[in-house]
Amino acid sequence: MKKTVCLTLKGMVFLTIAALALGAGLPATAQGQEKLKVGIIHIGSINDAGYNQAHSEGVQVMKKNLPNVEVIQAENIPEGADAERVMENMIKQGAKLIIPASFGYLDPALKIAKKYPDVKFVHPGGYKRAPNLGTYWASTPEAFYLAGIAAGRTTKTNKAGYVVALPISFFLANINAFHLGARSVNPNFETRVVFMGTFLDAPKEAIAANALLDMGVDVLGVIVDSPITVVQAAERRGAFSVGYHYLGAQKFAPKGWITGIAFTWGELYTRFAKAVMDGSWKSEAVFGNLASDYLTIAPFGSVVPADAVKLVNSTRQEFLAGKKDVFQGPLKDNRGVERVKAGESFPLQGIGKMDWLVEGVIGQPK
Amino acid sequence: MSDILLISILSGAVLSGTPLLYATLSEMLSERTGVINLGLEGIMLIGAVVGFVTTVKTGNHALGIIAAAFAGALFNMIFAFMVITRKANQLASGLALMFCGVGLSALIGAPFIGSRIEGLGAIAIPLLSDIPFLGRVFFNYDILVYLAIPTAVVIWWFLFKTRWGLSLRAVGENPTAAYAAGKNPYLLQYQVLFIAGLLGGIAGAHLSLALAHTWAEWMTAGRGFFAVALVIFAKWHPLRAIAGALLFGGAISLQLQMQAQGVPVSSFLLDMLPYVLSLVVLALWGGARRSAVPGSLGRVFQGTE
Repeated sequence: MKKTVCLTLKGMVFLTIAALALGAGLPATAQGQEKLKVGIIHIGSINDAGYNQAHSEGVQVMKKNLPNVEVIQAENIPEGADAERVMENMIKQGAKLIIPASFGYLDPALKIAKKYPDVKFVHPGGYKRAPNLGTYWASTPEAFYLAGIAAGRTTKTNKAGYVVALPISFFLANINAFHLGARSVNPNFETRVVFMGTFLDAPKEAIAANALLDMGVDVLGVIVDSPITVVQAAERRGAFSVGYHYLGAQKFAPKGWITGIAFTWGELYTRFAKAVMDGSWKSEAVFGNLASDYLTIAPFGSVVPADAVKLVNSTRQEFLAGKKDVFQGPLKDNRGVERVKAGESFPLQGIGKMDWLVEGVIGQPK
Repeated sequence: MSDILLISILSGAVLSGTPLLYATLSEMLSERTGVINLGLEGIMLIGAVVGFVTTVKTGNHALGIIAAAFAGALFNMIFAFMVITRKANQLASGLALMFCGVGLSALIGAPFIGSRIEGLGAIAIPLLSDIPFLGRVFFNYDILVYLAIPTAVVIWWFLFKTRWGLSLRAVGENPTAAYAAGKNPYLLQYQVLFIAGLLGGIAGAHLSLALAHTWAEWMTAGRGFFAVALVIFAKWHPLRAIAGALLFGGAISLQLQMQAQGVPVSSFLLDMLPYVLSLVVLALWGGARRSAVPGSLGRVFQGTE
């Protein structure tokens, strides 16, 4: 009996579905526009100041833009069968657009997409598509390069540390880009990387952050789901920090904040919802970059020198104009192997294959 | 190896070993009375979230720690009721308690994710903390670190130097015999599980208040189960638990430090270090002194009628 009660309780928590019916109160005549229910599921908490909160804020903006859209939101959904169940549940409630907002939801979403061909799905970072499942993400290395410039000009010890979930290619590319950006303004810069083996283990992140700070780094960057622990650890010990995913992370480090690479999904989600409503939606792989309205560099902290901000902005223009590449050769990896020849550059479309860390980064890519 | 590096590894070992030590002591006390508690992970989570929420609300760490301890103890009373009064299977009840703790803590903590607290600060002991090297390694921690080893010693003293401890161990070895000698096994087990709950709650509070300075779902990440293994490692002895917790805390700290150092070993391999260590230790110590296991561990005392 107790077991049942507890498991039900657990189920309830994992299923905190907040149905926010905003459109319901409006008169049905509103420009004759169709109503749309959008379901979004999150892998973690929507208040994590990181990955999940960025997605959640995205749908809030969409709702503001499109009063006829209703949002069903579910947090803390484990990847796998639970995710399938929740998506089906949302579809039964009438959702016509589903955002399975975690990389590991891809296969469950493909399964459900096959079962409900009239429901549209958009998946962040997916590498497979279906006729009714499209993907979206943005290329982040350029943004990390810019953050690196700011960090390279702000640091006093010329050392940065990155606390990173796993050594997967996209993260390695981000670290490489950050390091190259910092090196472009600070030739003595070094970047140390510690991999966690998981996306969420706050106490372990704290120990890792301290280990890096003990090595003399004075800039901490973070690629895990929630930046709170690492950014706070930096602040506490008087170091600088570079955030990721969510604009609001700087409230945890008001003094040492350098900048952050953040996703602002609102306008993109609005376009998805509009397209579903007017029937123009089609399955594509949306892959943005610095020019997109959903990838931004968060505001710079007061510790960043003014000329560094200027340099960041001018470099940004060079990227946008196509005059500059992040991975411009010659580049060696941190074992001395030549990876990009002089005069060539590593294409951003190919970073899924990047399995090395660039020279000057201290860490093991495998 | 430079001093800085050694200091960093050692202080990391102490910090990550402290919640492990409280958790190990909690589990050890339970097992000494014959109750194996796989719900420890859940108790720690309850402690972590209640400690955090209380600190957010009051801004007072002491209140947070006390609330965490009592929340852990009360939560463990559910388990005690199941396995002592209702005579339910200990393993099944423990796992149910764990899942219950995961869900309940997530429910309590949900509105507080992203809340800010001042972390439980280090208290540098005057003069002593200024000693080069030793100062940072031994005398610059939060209050729960300073109390951890004394707690282990006090528990050792109670277990082996008092009549209460003797009765408690008697219940763990053979509750029928203890009953015949005029002890009430049920009462003793309730008392011990309450204390074990306090310790489990404190272990959780250290994670959220002193280490992470935040609350996140399932932030114990298996440390409760690690403690169950550490009890075996420590052969059910509180003083050996100190060494065990520091050693395993050290393995976690060492692997992160080795990565920060750039030691050319895969992070996946380094991540296995604490677990490889436990296998090595079990292989070395495996056969010796089996008698350390409490005789009636895991068995349900059915009464004598």
